[in-house]
Amino acid sequence: MTRELHTLVCLKVVPKSEEVGVDRETNTLDRANARSEINPPDMNALETALALKDRFGGRVSLMSMGPPFVIPTLRVGLAMGADHAYLLSDRAFGGADTLATSLTLARAIEKLGDVDLVLCGEESSDGATAQVPPGIATWMDIPQATYAMDVDFEPGQRHLVVTREVRDGEEVLDVPLPAVVSVKVSCNEPRFMDTGRFALLDNEELVTTWTADDLGVDREHLGLAGSPTSVAGLKEAAQASGRRRELVSGTPEEEGKILYERIIEFLRGAGTRGQEAPG
Amino acid sequence: MIDPAYSPQEARGIWVFLEQDAGVLAPVSLELLAKARALATESGAELTGLLVGGDLAALEATAAKLDLDRVVSVAHPLLTQFTAEAYAHAVDQVIRTQKPDIFLLGATAYGRDLAGRLAVMLRTGLTADCTDLALEAGTGLLLGEVSGFGGGVLATIRCEQHRPQMATVRPGVFPEPAAADRAAAKVERVNVDVPAAKCLVKVVARHRKTGVDISRAERLVVAGAGARGEMPNIEALAQALGAEIGATRVAVDEGWAERERQIGQTGVIARPKLALVWGASGASQFTCGIDQAEMVVAVNQDPEAAIFESADICIVDEVAPVVKALVAELQSHGGAE
Ligand SMILES: Cc1cc2nc3c(=O)[nH]c(=O)nc-3n(C[C@H](O)[C@H](O)[C@H](O)COP(=O)(O)OP(=O)(O)OC[C@H]3O[C@@H](n4cnc5c(N)ncnc54)[C@H](O)[C@@H]3O)c2cc1C
Ligand SMILES: Cc1cc2nc3c(=O)[nH]c(=O)nc-3n(C[C@H](O)[C@H](O)[C@H](O)COP(=O)(O)OP(=O)(O)OC[C@H]3O[C@@H](n4cnc5c(N)ncnc54)[C@H](O)[C@@H]3O)c2cc1C
Repeated sequence: MTRELHTLVCLKVVPKSEEVGVDRETNTLDRANARSEINPPDMNALETALALKDRFGGRVSLMSMGPPFVIPTLRVGLAMGADHAYLLSDRAFGGADTLATSLTLARAIEKLGDVDLVLCGEESSDGATAQVPPGIATWMDIPQATYAMDVDFEPGQRHLVVTREVRDGEEVLDVPLPAVVSVKVSCNEPRFMDTGRFALLDNEELVTTWTADDLGVDREHLGLAGSPTSVAGLKEAAQASGRRRELVSGTPEEEGKILYERIIEFLRGAGTRGQEAPG
Repeated sequence: MIDPAYSPQEARGIWVFLEQDAGVLAPVSLELLAKARALATESGAELTGLLVGGDLAALEATAAKLDLDRVVSVAHPLLTQFTAEAYAHAVDQVIRTQKPDIFLLGATAYGRDLAGRLAVMLRTGLTADCTDLALEAGTGLLLGEVSGFGGGVLATIRCEQHRPQMATVRPGVFPEPAAADRAAAKVERVNVDVPAAKCLVKVVARHRKTGVDISRAERLVVAGAGARGEMPNIEALAQALGAEIGATRVAVDEGWAERERQIGQTGVIARPKLALVWGASGASQFTCGIDQAEMVVAVNQDPEAAIFESADICIVDEVAPVVKALVAELQSHGGAE
């Protein structure tokens, strides 16, 4: 008999992008007014995991590196159907770039010992590097398949068939487990929380917190200390790159007519400009 | 601090990954070359292009004519199709022996996969999805400009102690260079070892979508969720204008346009002269894909919609009557040539 599938979903709790700004005086990120959410593609990763569990059985664990205040957000994942959540939380993890983040997650996954499939989102909505999934796979020395649109499982073979998006089309990959797979945002529709599981929202036993000591990793390799990159500067993106923002109003017919005139005028001008400056 | 593969003192030169698929170079690799050449000129460094694949004879000849000082060619039968593990394993060997100072890749699926694995193998820093590159005054360190929080924040990232300084660059941010007028670059073939144990993932099928590449379209008519039911008129408008159709992610998810037509952070960064955007809210993950348009027109019924911050001409109205009026106007004048 084949061993049941243990899927681990990496969930990053992020501030809602539109609610984050830059403090103009200190040039640091101002997240004070931003609400937290699970990084949207990570919800698709969780749905992928739960759908596999529905079809083939097994267990789904959640893992997140972040401060303790993300626990309530992780409970949403438990209420959707995950079996257990692991929070990696320690000041030593703070300020990690992708090298240190993926090392921390990889060592924690290895500590569990029996994870077959690590599912991630394609990229986060804040750092948006998409480097953590390949990073985890490399630290664990296992294969990866990124930008997955569809993940299917052949239980007898312990292989995945992954359809993924690449530059000018799609690829179908045969991926032996254990492996890391990252899924595209909106590749499926995350289910609602199961009201029958709401009681779990208060269950302390379902969330395990691990610190740096639990992972047994040299502190010099974690967080800021273990990060080869550093931020040399930070600024708010120039708002809307100096657009004219001219308001055109009237009846739809009038608007259509003015729009036509503006477009023709612009294209005539841009036509000559385009000839002088290629590209 | 994790020990780097080699020290800054040993590191030399700027390398660009010449991403290829079935013998065709990725446009972003060419875009990177002009920028990399400018950095190389500024620092007096040698510029090397790295080719990886199965049979590279034809591509070597193509690459030798690019604006490069040197081409390093890494051919192996197990590298015929891209797989992250095998490519990373091969490139790791080359990097460790040749010790480049800077290694740049396109932020495509393949480029990001390879870079993400390689950075961990080499224990070095990787700046992701750069929208600009520069050298820091005084130190000569590579500075990568990246955007975060859906484009709302710009950060400059550098890697001081670890080499190579790696960065991926977003397609479409640098213009493709004009043809180089220089002596052919010398091609150096390097042998690598690719063990079968690094080839666990098999490519079962590869589907290439041909034709649409809206990143180079001069004119775009873009549908958002607010264009529901209006696709026939949006298409008529595109036709009358000689424009390509683009779409927000929601419109693509609805099946109104193919996925290659998605504009934005996880789609195409377009640089058209003119973009007409219909019924899009203006999420920063979308607007980063039209920010480089010369002129943007937005139509949205919600006067508060963020899209108006990113538009030159703003019309607060329903999509349907305005798109019809504009199509009628264009048709009565015989188009917009
Ligand atoms: C604006 C900005 C730019 C940055 N640029 C860089 C850069 O160029 N290079 C660099 O090394 N670092 C960079 N960072 C730091 C980087 O964001 C952090 O290292 C972060 O911890 C992980 O990277 P990510 O958010 O890009 O994750 P991604 O690689 O984009 O995330 C992909 C997936 O990995 C999983 N995942 C990621 N983080 C966690 C977590 N904490 N817990 C659980 N699962 C997780 C999730 O499934 C997620 O969907 C940047 C940060 C910011 C704010
Ligand atoms: C990691 C990540 C990556 C993403 N990448 C991308 C990306 O690459 N590209 C992308 O587009 N999105 C991307 N998104 C999604 C993005 O955040 C937005 O959800 C998306 O752009 C919204 O699409 P929309 O504007 O068409 O739809 P909506 O936000 O639903 O906006 C519809 C707009 O149409 C208006 N409207 C409705 N009906 C009418 C009518 N009849 N007439 C006129 N106006 C009308 C409404 O007022 C509204 O403003 C990403 C999100 C994440 C988390």
